[in-house]
Amino acid sequence: MSMMKNFMGWIDDRYPMTKVWNEHLAQYYAPKNFNFWYFMGSLALLVLVIQIVTGVWLAMSYKPDAELAFGSVEYIMRDVEWGWLIRYLHSTGASAFFVVIYLHMFRGLMYGSYRKPRELLWIIGVIIYLAMMATAFFGYLLPWGQMSYWGAQVIVNLFSAVPVIGPDLGVWVRGDYVISDATLNRFFALHFLLPFILAALVFIHIVALHKVGSNNPDGIEIKKGPKGNRWSDTAPADGIPFHPYYTVKDIAGVAGFLFLFAAVVFFAPEMGGYFIEHPNFEPANPLKTPEHIAPVWYFTPFYAILRAVPSIAGSAFPGVVAMFASILIMFFLPWLDRSPVKSIKYKGMLYKVILWLFVLDFIMLGYLGVKPTTDLYKLTAQIGTIYYFAFFLLMPIYSKIDKTKPVPERVTE
Amino acid sequence: MKKLIVAFLLAAVPMLVMAAGGGAHLDDADIDLGDQASLQRGAKYFVNYCLSCHSAQFQRYNRMARDLGLTEAEVIENLMFTTDKIGDTMKIAMTMEQGTEWFGNPPPDLSVLARARGVDWIYTYLRSFYLDEKRPFGVNNIVFPDVGMPHVLWELQGSQKAVFKLVKDSAGNDVEKFDHFEPVSEGLLSPAEYDQVARDLTAFMSYISEPIQMERKRLGVWVLLFIAVFFVLSYLLKKEYWKDVH
Amino acid sequence: MNADGVDLKKRRTLTLATSAVGAVGTGFAIYPFLAAWAPSEKAKAAGAPVEADISKLEPGQLMRVKWRGKPVWIVHRTDQNLQDLSSLESILLDPNSDDTGQQPDYCKNPERAIKGKYLVAIGICTHLGCSPTYRPDMAPEDLGPEWKGGFFCPCHGSKFDLSGRVYAGVPAPKNLEIPPYQYLSDSRILIGTDGGAA
Repeated sequence: MSMMKNFMGWIDDRYPMTKVWNEHLAQYYAPKNFNFWYFMGSLALLVLVIQIVTGVWLAMSYKPDAELAFGSVEYIMRDVEWGWLIRYLHSTGASAFFVVIYLHMFRGLMYGSYRKPRELLWIIGVIIYLAMMATAFFGYLLPWGQMSYWGAQVIVNLFSAVPVIGPDLGVWVRGDYVISDATLNRFFALHFLLPFILAALVFIHIVALHKVGSNNPDGIEIKKGPKGNRWSDTAPADGIPFHPYYTVKDIAGVAGFLFLFAAVVFFAPEMGGYFIEHPNFEPANPLKTPEHIAPVWYFTPFYAILRAVPSIAGSAFPGVVAMFASILIMFFLPWLDRSPVKSIKYKGMLYKVILWLFVLDFIMLGYLGVKPTTDLYKLTAQIGTIYYFAFFLLMPIYSKIDKTKPVPERVTE
Repeated sequence: MKKLIVAFLLAAVPMLVMAAGGGAHLDDADIDLGDQASLQRGAKYFVNYCLSCHSAQFQRYNRMARDLGLTEAEVIENLMFTTDKIGDTMKIAMTMEQGTEWFGNPPPDLSVLARARGVDWIYTYLRSFYLDEKRPFGVNNIVFPDVGMPHVLWELQGSQKAVFKLVKDSAGNDVEKFDHFEPVSEGLLSPAEYDQVARDLTAFMSYISEPIQMERKRLGVWVLLFIAVFFVLSYLLKKEYWKDVH
Repeated sequence: MNADGVDLKKRRTLTLATSAVGAVGTGFAIYPFLAAWAPSEKAKAAGAPVEADISKLEPGQLMRVKWRGKPVWIVHRTDQNLQDLSSLESILLDPNSDDTGQQPDYCKNPERAIKGKYLVAIGICTHLGCSPTYRPDMAPEDLGPEWKGGFFCPCHGSKFDLSGRVYAGVPAPKNLEIPPYQYLSDSRILIGTDGGAA
């Protein structure tokens, strides 16, 4: 025991190991009333690690070459020992990442986790989300199947819709006149690079979180409440040390998540064509578009918004603007919410209804994004798009007139 | 708990919403990948009828021997025509250029076709050739209109013609819709026997599309059991520690 | 139970059990990633046994075939070569091929071969992996008057006789490796498998 102590002493003189451990785990006081939604942060971190490890391993056998890419994926699936498992972990992990992140973001939306003093925390989070989408988009081209190819074709063509510089921009992004070997090679490089940037952003996200402290389902600042608990006289009364209480809790959460995750990996890796799309089992063919192209499910709400906006003067640019705006508007959320309370628990019926309708709207848009366009669907998507933007833009009004309930002094169980 | 359920539903909805599949009605292939005899018959039909024009360039013969319960000697003797190396994949002699010249389009590789099209499609396709003198090979297919290949199994199935009926589409125009088949000449097999051939072939193509699939599910059961045990332990641990908090 | 009403023993047992199962699970999870580095089915297929036709191999000649990406030599030894083998034993490191890892059991003989006339050996120096040169010439200037034909490694000067046995006092520590092989007929050798003869 004393040898261990000496060793730790030696380390601590040179690196703040014990200090970091205490500040961020053993003596980091988190509100004691976290619920189910608070698993998502640690799960997102877990999935990021899974993605990076499996991704690096896939890169050992994958060939970023238009002639070889499709075959190299099948090579991984068949010839590389356990390659099938590593590949399914990665393909399922991509979807799991978005499931977890969407729930994580919705948690923030429900409990007002973006409100002062957590504006920057939220903004870093939105940047992480953007980086994730970019990573997923680049990665989706790599299997070089029909969906990979035509999905990338459609999305890159969005850049071509930009007035004046558009056509040149599209060619520049592709490095060719169509999606080609050059595009595949650069997308592979970026797909490999971005996750490490993502990891750095996650680190910054956690630094910001630990500066301001976690929010909680009551939206109460425990740091402003009374002091003193059984572990410390100076810590917030409603806080508990992250370690061991939330580490053991998160481990149980990880186990529960892994159960569901493994169920998909081993029993339904295609997830009915939503995690791995059927047309992607045909090699990319630049001369033949599949009958029906839809992006992977996690992009479809934004794809629906893109398609809902009519072209103006023959230019698809307004749709492109709307799609990007629908993501960028999230940055302004901290200043749009004018409610005197943070958590949905103490907000009035008006806000609750509007929020849950927003969730339904998002799911509806996601559904419409995979469907072919008909007049009815297009109209529905247009209404959905209007609601989507109204949710954000009208928030300063409805959050203010909403009848809120009084917030208690201390967190509730 | 209520919120937990809502959360799961939220996560599940986008995945469960199925895109509607258009086109012709597909018959249920009803294959059993656990039936090795069926897979072995399917392998025999595949190498005899398909593998002269279509490759399965990702499927190795030795892997097939192992997975289908055959010895390598049996495979070399009965199922290998284009190569003498058991570790080779199911390639064909025809080049892409030749395929384009002879058929208009090169016959596609069949390794993962079952994952691209689905097993029901393959099963239905194999049973849906009908006489059509407008086509270069004299046959057409209900689920693959203007198909570019002949009906290679016609000796087994015999030939049939398709009967169409006129229906109105949503715009009120008359369109021909497939109704049923009528036999024209008998094949070597009865219809039930032919269906079994189609089923065996479909099962084999499903197997080659993902050779690991049976083992994946077997292994998955153990993985889930293990995680379940770990979950119970970690849950008990959490409960024990949280006695301090509550 | 301590003062806080905490059952420390139960807590410790549960922590231990969870950690143990978690460690086993981590082991299971790591295994596929390690196994993925093993030769793939494609590499194994490319490394399958190869056939060599020796009908045109004249006495004194060496032919090379590639097996698992490595050069395999087949040398047709002359009667003189075979007679010379015993005269070298005093200057060899392992004349009786006692190192069982370097040849199949059926090649543990002075010729280190199934049929004395034909040597089949992997042409990779057991020192650092260069491929030695075939030197059938007798007593050449550079190798000295004692040389009765053999293999000389240009990288670090290791010497082997015509059975692939290493000379004493050279950098290479072991005899050249003899791969498993079998005769399919008098003129056809299958290298890479012996049909379980060893």
